[in-house]
Amino acid sequence: MANTDIIIHDEKDNVGVVVIEKIIPNQDCNCWVMENDSSVQIQSKNEIPLGHKIAMIDFKEGDTIIKYGHDIGKVVKSIKKGEHVHVHNVKTKKW
Amino acid sequence: MEIPKSFLGYKRENKRVGTRNHVVILPVDDISNACAEAVANNIKGTFAIPHAYGRLQFGADLELFFDTMIGTGKNPNVAACVVIGIEPKWTKKIVDAIATTGKPVDGFSIEGSGDIETIMKASRKAQEFSQWASEKQREECPLSDLWISVKCGESDTTSGMAANPAVGNLMDKLEPLGVHLCFGETSELTGAEKVCAARGATSEASDKFIKTWNDYNDFILKEATNDLSESQPTAGNIAGGLTTIEEKAFGNFQKIGSRTFIDVLTPAEEPKKGPGLYFMDTSSAAGECLTLQAAAGFNIHLFPTGQGNIIGNAIEPVVKLTGNPSTAVKMKEHIDLDVSKILKREMNMDQAGDELIKTTIRAASGRLTCAEVLGHKEFIMTKLFRSA
Repeated sequence: MANTDIIIHDEKDNVGVVVIEKIIPNQDCNCWVMENDSSVQIQSKNEIPLGHKIAMIDFKEGDTIIKYGHDIGKVVKSIKKGEHVHVHNVKTKKW
Repeated sequence: MEIPKSFLGYKRENKRVGTRNHVVILPVDDISNACAEAVANNIKGTFAIPHAYGRLQFGADLELFFDTMIGTGKNPNVAACVVIGIEPKWTKKIVDAIATTGKPVDGFSIEGSGDIETIMKASRKAQEFSQWASEKQREECPLSDLWISVKCGESDTTSGMAANPAVGNLMDKLEPLGVHLCFGETSELTGAEKVCAARGATSEASDKFIKTWNDYNDFILKEATNDLSESQPTAGNIAGGLTTIEEKAFGNFQKIGSRTFIDVLTPAEEPKKGPGLYFMDTSSAAGECLTLQAAAGFNIHLFPTGQGNIIGNAIEPVVKLTGNPSTAVKMKEHIDLDVSKILKREMNMDQAGDELIKTTIRAASGRLTCAEVLGHKEFIMTKLFRSA
């Protein structure tokens, strides 16, 4: 089994979570999808630390981030596949 | 793994079972803390639970105060209790309610005699209770005598991936054995509230949850001066990779596994519908939530953390687990169980749940938790509004 760099909870998710200390730009990463035990590959664009999210697709402003198969917030600044997803480009739809 | 059938606990007069054998000196109010702490200092084998309130509270806030104080004294982890307050009436009210359990309890009021005389009288009673409790022995008890509360803190994305679902796995395995279970954190289910409501075992439970969540959310929106981005998620959550309250909520929600909840409890309310999972309306602040769960009678607590929350509780042992490999190393002294191997896929959820069951049973049977040996005795009252 190849080392897992990124875990994706649900097959519907459009973000994954880094589970190694960090990934560096242009790293070819192995992603494991927990729900159906499948694997996918992605190349990173940024350095992303443990526990932080990576975009699995391109997003434009107003798009919805899906994690655990559910809506966890809206994109406020466009994000490219492989980029870091966090408070600088995603906001809550609540509060 | 074959799940062990029993643990070693203290059988109490009212048939409940304690995982600890505390003799507590309980001050009724802020100004009685000094007296209670002096008694605990005099008499070994006892400790005081100082707190900031108990004066001029009224209405629902006063009721919650009494429920918290009385529930704490009634908890089966407390073998015996000395109550000390400034005035006799509220002191007696708390003593009488604790006495319904059949455990040794007595009360002392300071007004009219002063600290020194009260300390003397209360110390004599505390000595009697301490020596009495010291002869109590642990006995084999079925797992159904465990009342397990859960709450997560300083969460990060590893909480939702590893530590919280490990708790959920434990719930899935222990609920069928007749264990009482409790989760809370009303505000922290925001974003997952509809999914959570759908887990009500009955439409009544679901409706009660939605009403509870709406009331809490309305309160937050009414009092908020900004978008709460400084409070939820917290700075620690954000450092750990959590971006929004919705993401935090779905991670949090992993703690209940695939269970349904049978009832919604008000803060500190004792469950009355028998074994199973309960939701309690609580703040998401760890100290407040645990104090309310302990007051409802829960006798052991599971606390998954990501970035490393260090909380303990005055009367309920707190078992801490983490899925964050960095926290497991850097904050080793706070972590009772490391499940970070899940991230490397060297441990699956079934194994993590089994490990957590073993750790929980050891702690329930007397092994001190990290929080206990480090001296964490947090007791934090939930205050609903200003005093009169």
